[in-house]
Amino acid sequence: MTRSALHEVAIVGAYNTRQAKTLGDVREVDLVLESVRGALARSGGLGLDDVDGLNLRGTVSRLHAREAAHLLGGRPRWTGMALGIEAVLEAAAAIATGQCDTVVIADAQAGQYTDRAATSPWTRPGNEFVACWGLYTAAEFALIARRHMHLYGTRPEALAEVAASIRNHGASNPEAVHYGRHVTPQDVLASRLVAEPFHLLDCAINSEGGAGLVLTRADRARDLDCTPVYLLGGALERQGMAYVTAPVWDRYGLSGRWAAGRAFAQCGLAPSDVDVCELYDPFSFELIRQFEAFGFCAEGEGGDFVMGGRIAVGGALPTVTSGGLLSFSHAGTAQLLQKVIASAQQLRGELPEALTVPGANVVMTSNGGAGALFCDVMLLGRERP
Amino acid sequence: MSARRGIPLPRPTRLSEPHWSGCREGRLRVQRCRECRGYVFIPQPVCTFCTADALEWVDSSGRGTLYSFTTVHRPQRPEFEVPYTVAIVELEEGFHMLTNLVGCPPEQMRVGMPVEVEFRRMSEEISLPMFRPAATPS
Repeated sequence: MTRSALHEVAIVGAYNTRQAKTLGDVREVDLVLESVRGALARSGGLGLDDVDGLNLRGTVSRLHAREAAHLLGGRPRWTGMALGIEAVLEAAAAIATGQCDTVVIADAQAGQYTDRAATSPWTRPGNEFVACWGLYTAAEFALIARRHMHLYGTRPEALAEVAASIRNHGASNPEAVHYGRHVTPQDVLASRLVAEPFHLLDCAINSEGGAGLVLTRADRARDLDCTPVYLLGGALERQGMAYVTAPVWDRYGLSGRWAAGRAFAQCGLAPSDVDVCELYDPFSFELIRQFEAFGFCAEGEGGDFVMGGRIAVGGALPTVTSGGLLSFSHAGTAQLLQKVIASAQQLRGELPEALTVPGANVVMTSNGGAGALFCDVMLLGRERP
Repeated sequence: MSARRGIPLPRPTRLSEPHWSGCREGRLRVQRCRECRGYVFIPQPVCTFCTADALEWVDSSGRGTLYSFTTVHRPQRPEFEVPYTVAIVELEEGFHMLTNLVGCPPEQMRVGMPVEVEFRRMSEEISLPMFRPAATPS
C-alpha cells in the first residue's frame, strides 16, 4: 500500500451550526465558538483542553486564528490560516510532523450580504480587466460551460439534471437552507435566467452559518468513542488569478486533474474506488466538468454521465448528498470546509437516513472550479490505509 | 448597453496604462515577448510563457473570433442594463480577452463567429474595447 503522512491523521468531529438565508443578529464569533464546541462534542471524548492547534475564521468580523487563541485562553497553540481542503491539509501536516496533536478548524459568515440590488460581494470582481464587463462568478463559470456545450454538444437538460439531483438531496436534509424544496429538471429549466446557460436553480444559494471540524492523530482516534474518518489523499491545484484571467476552456477546463492524480496516487485508489462524491457545486455544470477532469468519464462525456439518476442517492455514484451549495448552504468561505464536513458526516452515518449511502467507504471531495482557476481535491475513507 | 453610468471603470496602473491609453486612441495594445514572441494579456511584468523580462507593447489587429459568451440577465450591479453579453474573444494573435459583445442580436451569437473591436468612450480617460460582429470576414 502506498504511504502518506496524511494517513497518520483522522477526522473525529464534524459539525454545522444552523444555516439560514440570514441568521438575524447572530454574531460571527458566537457561530465560530459554537462550531468549535459542536465539533468537539461529536468526537467521542475530546474537549477544549485537548486542542493544541487552531484555525478559526470569521468573514465579516475578520476573526483569525491568533485572536481566537486569545479568546480561548491564550495557551500556546499551533495556528493555521488556510481555508477548506487547504486548511485540512495544513492541519494534517502539522499533526503528522509532530507540531501538535489535535486541531480544530472552524469558519463562519453572517451579515456579509446586505445590498440585494447587486450580486453577493464575494462574487463581484475588482480587477480593471474584469469588473467593467459586468462579470461576476456566475458569468465566469457560464463562459466555461458554454465552451463545453459548443465543443461536445452538452445539453441544458444535463445541467438541469445535476441541479435537480443535488437540490433534491438538500430537500431531504432538515439542516439544509432549502429543506423541503424539491425541484424537477423542468423546474430548473423554467426558472429565470441568470447568466446563460445558467438559470437561477443552476446557481448556488446565499446563506449564513458556521462549520467546525476536529482532526487528531490516527492512533488517538482509535481510543475515542466515535467513527474516525481517515485522510486517504489530497492535493492543491492553482493555475492563476481567479476572476482576473479569462476562464479559457483550453487552458483551465480540466482543472483538478493533476491534483486528483496526486491524491489517488497517495492511497493507490482510482475513480472506480470512489463510493460518494461531495464535489464543489457552485453551478450545475461544474459537476459535469469535474467528472471528466477527475477521470470518472472521458472528456466530453460528462453530460451523458450525469443522466439517468446515476448521481442521486440510490444511483451508482451519489454526489453532493448533503445538498451542497445549491441547497444546503453557501456561507462564505465556510462552504469550503463544509465539503469536508459533508464527506465526514456521510462516512460517519451522521446525515439523515434517506441521504446515507449504505456501505460507503471512500468519498472524494473538492474545492474550487474551472471558472475560478483552482481545484483542490481530497479523498477520505472509513478504513485507515 | 447604453445606460452604463456608474459601472466600475478601470483605474489604469503603471503596468496597464499603455493598454488603456491605446484604447483611448482607438488602438488595441497588447504585450509581446521579444524572446519567445508570445502575446501576453492581461498586462504582466514579465512574459508568462518564458519568464523573459522582454515585453514590448504592440498593436493587435483587433480581429478575432468569439471563443465563448454568456448573456447576463441578473446584473453584477444595477448600473449594468440587462441583458448584456460577456464574451471571451480569441484574437488573431492567439491571446484571449474578456469583453462585451455588442451590436448582435442574442439569437445570432455563435461560438466561432468573426468579431472585431469597437471602442466605446466611457469617460475622458477610459474607452472600453468591446467587440461586434466583423463587417468583413478576416
